[in-house]
Amino acid sequence: MQIRRDVFQAIADPIRRDIIGLVARQSMNLNSIAENFEVSRPAISQHIKVLTECGLVSIRRQGRERYCEARLAPLADVAEWMEPFRQMWDRQFTALDQLLDRLKSEQTTKNNKNKKP
Amino acid sequence: MNKTTLQVEPGKQELFIYREFEAPRDLVFKAFTDPKLLAQWMNPCNMSLHIDQYESVDGGAYHFTHTDPMGGKHLFRGVMHEVNAPERLIRTFEYLNLPERGHVVLDILSLESLPGKRTRLTIQSIFRSIADRDGMVQAGMENGVTESHALLDELLAKLTARNMAIPAV
Repeated sequence: MQIRRDVFQAIADPIRRDIIGLVARQSMNLNSIAENFEVSRPAISQHIKVLTECGLVSIRRQGRERYCEARLAPLADVAEWMEPFRQMWDRQFTALDQLLDRLKSEQTTKNNKNKKP
Repeated sequence: MNKTTLQVEPGKQELFIYREFEAPRDLVFKAFTDPKLLAQWMNPCNMSLHIDQYESVDGGAYHFTHTDPMGGKHLFRGVMHEVNAPERLIRTFEYLNLPERGHVVLDILSLESLPGKRTRLTIQSIFRSIADRDGMVQAGMENGVTESHALLDELLAKLTARNMAIPAV
């Protein structure tokens, strides 16, 4: 089975989403990241491995420490992926806005003059 | 103007569509359930719409056809599970042009009254698989046009969760 390694895979897991949120604020080493979660250190390590393979986190060595840094640019892929679907709905709802405006003014006319416009 | 927002969380079989309208709830409900009104706005991507059947009652059936600018016909059908005016509509939804049958979606439309005679719509769509859901969103890409990155802001806001600013990349 081919293992998917892209931004969608990266953010599919809630812990990985939280890790991105953490390191987006400041670079952190593995221990500091692991302190924020109830799951084991090896599990966190595995999540970070997936995140690096998906290009959302990079590892910077500083002395004996390894710091995780966020690389947020690939997230734009996700937003772009959903945007046309959102726009498809948005266009329809804009048409619905116009219809509702028309219905409202028809109702007002009916109520005020007790006849159809 | 009111903004249409999506909630499409990775790895889930559902998605949410949110929108507010400057109209009272009973009117919005009518626009979703009266086929004559529906025909006036349900028109994605320059398609023409023909509603063959639309029974807005519990257990009622619906069937409509979108014709794209190239003349291609797109068939949709489903069943109204619950038509509960003016607050809720539950229906199945299936795109019949798919290579195989059975990729049905469960749509739950909820309307909430807001102050000032406004209404909030929530559509929850539940799919049989993550692939089905992602395929539906992907189809928007093939039909539509890509602009705006506004949704990225929302995603990033959700990722940080604790209201902390993300440094520029």
